[in-house]
Amino acid sequence: MLRTISGHPVLIYTGGRPFDPQRPVIVFIHGAGHDHSVWNFQARHFAHHGYSVVAPDLPSHGRSGGELLASIEAVANWIVSLLDEMRIPQASLVGHSMGSLVALQTAAQAPERIQRLVLVGSVAPMPVASPLLEAARTDRDLAHSMINQWSYTPASQIGASASPGMCLTNVNRSIMEHQAEGVLASDLAACNAYVQGLDAAARVRCPTAMICGERDQMTPMRTAGALREALSTAARTRIITIPGSGHAMMAEAPEILTDSIRGFLLEE
Amino acid sequence: MTQAKTFHTETLALHAGQSPDAAFGARATPIYYTTSYVFPDSDHAAALFNLERPGHVYSRISNPTNAVLEERIAALEGGVGAIATASGQAALHLAIVTLMGAGSHIVASRALYGGSHNLLTYTLPRFGITTTFVDPCDTDAWVRAIRPETRLLFGESIGNPGLDVLDIPAVADIAHAARVPLLIDATLVTPCLQQPLALGADLVLHSATKFLGGHGVAVGGLLVDGGRFDWEASGLFPTLTEPYDGFHGMDFAEESPVAAFALRARREGLRDFGACLSPMNAFQILQGMETLPLRMRAHVANAQTVAEHLLAHPLVQKVSYPGLPTHPGHALAQRLLPHGCGSVMSFELQGGRTAGRAFIEGLRVFSHLANVGDAKSLVIHPASTTHFRMTDEDLASAGIGEGTIRLSIGLENATDLIEDLDRGLHAAGRTLKKG
Repeated sequence: MLRTISGHPVLIYTGGRPFDPQRPVIVFIHGAGHDHSVWNFQARHFAHHGYSVVAPDLPSHGRSGGELLASIEAVANWIVSLLDEMRIPQASLVGHSMGSLVALQTAAQAPERIQRLVLVGSVAPMPVASPLLEAARTDRDLAHSMINQWSYTPASQIGASASPGMCLTNVNRSIMEHQAEGVLASDLAACNAYVQGLDAAARVRCPTAMICGERDQMTPMRTAGALREALSTAARTRIITIPGSGHAMMAEAPEILTDSIRGFLLEE
Repeated sequence: MTQAKTFHTETLALHAGQSPDAAFGARATPIYYTTSYVFPDSDHAAALFNLERPGHVYSRISNPTNAVLEERIAALEGGVGAIATASGQAALHLAIVTLMGAGSHIVASRALYGGSHNLLTYTLPRFGITTTFVDPCDTDAWVRAIRPETRLLFGESIGNPGLDVLDIPAVADIAHAARVPLLIDATLVTPCLQQPLALGADLVLHSATKFLGGHGVAVGGLLVDGGRFDWEASGLFPTLTEPYDGFHGMDFAEESPVAAFALRARREGLRDFGACLSPMNAFQILQGMETLPLRMRAHVANAQTVAEHLLAHPLVQKVSYPGLPTHPGHALAQRLLPHGCGSVMSFELQGGRTAGRAFIEGLRVFSHLANVGDAKSLVIHPASTTHFRMTDEDLASAGIGEGTIRLSIGLENATDLIEDLDRGLHAAGRTLKKG
C-alpha cells in the first residue's frame, strides 16, 4: 500500500494482509540498496500469524519518494515518524545489515516505542571496504558483483535456491539495479560513517536478538563481539547462529530465519 | 582494479542450480518423479500455499528437478528466474498470456519459427490477441507497427529460417519507448553465443528441445524473466500491477518488483494452463546443458566450414548464414554474436523443388526431419514441411523459396558432412541435367 509519511509517498508492504493497528506490529527494515521485497517470506509469515507487518521501502528506495536520507540517525528519525504517522505506539523492529543499524539507533533514541529488537547480519561499527565504497560511487555493476560475492556463500552463488526457479544472486542484483543512481553509495557511506553503534547498544532497553550467518563475509560473526557485549550489558540479548548461511539470510535460509525470529518474539 | 568473482558460462552450465543431493549425496541431479510432496504438518501446508515458506506443493507448479533446470538457465542468461514448460511453444504462450488478454496486440518479426507464426497468426486472434508482423531488419517498421494496445515486441535472435540477425539493442529501445517489454526467442544461439537480456531484452524463451538438450531426446521449453522491466512505471500491465483475486489478492509487482512476471507466470500460468515440463525431460535437458559450451563451439566451427563450402559450390545460388561476409546481417552478427552464429543455415539450390527433393534423398549422414539443434546433422525443406501453412507471399517475405534447404549442422567430422552434402548436390545436379 502507498501511504504518505513525512509528506512523501511511501510504499509499505504488509505481507499480504491489511495493516491492523490492533495487532502487535513488526517493522522490517531493509538494507543498503534494497527494498521491502527482501522480506517477502518473513513478512508473509508474520502477517498470517497474528502480527501486523510494516515493511517500508525507505525514502528514495523502491517506490518510495522523499529525499535520500544520508545517515543512520536520519533514517532512524524517519522510522519514528513512520510509527507516529501510522499511529503505532509500540513495535518490534527487525533490521538487516544497514537496516539493523537503523533499528539499533531507533531503539536507542526511542526506547519506549520498541518492544523487541532483531538485528540480522549486524556488526557495530560497520566499516565498509573502501573498494566497495568507491565502486558504489563509480561502477555500480562492480559494486553489485562485490556485494553478491560477499553476501552469498559460494554454495548460494552456484545456486540450489530454496525458491523454485529463482537465481538468488541475480534477484539481488536486479533489486539493486532498480534503485536510483546514488542510493547504494549513500547507504553504504551511511553505514561506514555510523560510529556510535556501541553507544546506541548501551541505551537499548528491550529484549534483543542478534541473528548471525555462520558464513557471513559481509558482517562476519568474528567481528560482532563488541556489539554483542554492549547489548548484553544493556538488555537481555540472544545470539542466534544460522548454520551455513551467508549475509543474505532472508534469501539463503528463509525458513530458519523466520523460525528464529518467531522463536525470539514468542519468548517470555 | 578490484574485481569481483563471478562464475563463467562453462561452470554455470555444469553447476548452476544444483548442490549435491542432501539425502544421499548424489552428484548428478536426481529425477524427482513425483506429483506431490508430503506436508510435515498443517501449518507448513498452509504456509507453502501462502508463499510464507519456499518449497514444492504439486509438480505442475514446481518440481525440484525442474527447479535446477530453471535456475541454471536463469543463471546462464542473467535473469532473475525461469519457468520450465512442456515445450518452446508453451513458453511463448505462457509469456503472452501472463502479459495480456483479449484486445491486446503484439508486434513480431515476420521471420519466426513456423510454430510461433501459427500461434500468432491463426490461433491467438481467436482469443482476441492480434499480431502485426514486420521485417525484423527494418527498425522503422517496428516503430510504425506499435499501437496503443501493443503489449509486447517479439523476435528471434537469429530469425528462423532466413537467418536474419535481430538488432536487439535497437528493438529493445523501441519497445521501452513504448513502455512494453521485448521478448527474444534465443533458441538458435543459446546463452553461450548471446545473452539477449544483456543486450536490452526483457524476457527470453528457449525451445530447450534444441541445442540446450542437444541430443534430440526431450521436448521442453524455458521462459526467463530478466528482472529489469519496470511494470509499475509502465502502467500497461494490470496483470502484474493490480491485485489478483485468483491468488491471495496479490499485487505481483508490489510483492516482487523484480520477479513479478515469473511469479505470475508460475502461480497463474502453470497452475491454470498447466503446460508443465516432465521432470524426466528436465533431467535429460540438464544432461545436455552440462556440455552446452563445448558443443556450441563445435557446432559453430562445423557450421562455418560447411557454409563456406556450400557458398563455393556451383549448384548453390545463395547461402544464408550470418557467419559469412555475404550475409546482410554479418556486420551486426560480429557485434551481437561475437562467439559465432550457431549452426542453423539455409541455402538456395538451383532447380527448385525437384532438385531439393533429390538433394535430401541423396544424403546419408544428414537426417531428414523437423528439428534443429541436435548433435546429429539435420536437413529439411521448409516450404513443404515446417512452413507449409504460409502463403507464397508470406514465405517470400520470410526469405523462404521453393528451393530453400535448411540445415542444422551437428557434431560429426566436418569432412564427412561435406562429403555427404556433395553427394546430395551431385544428385540434385543430375536432375538439372535430365531437365
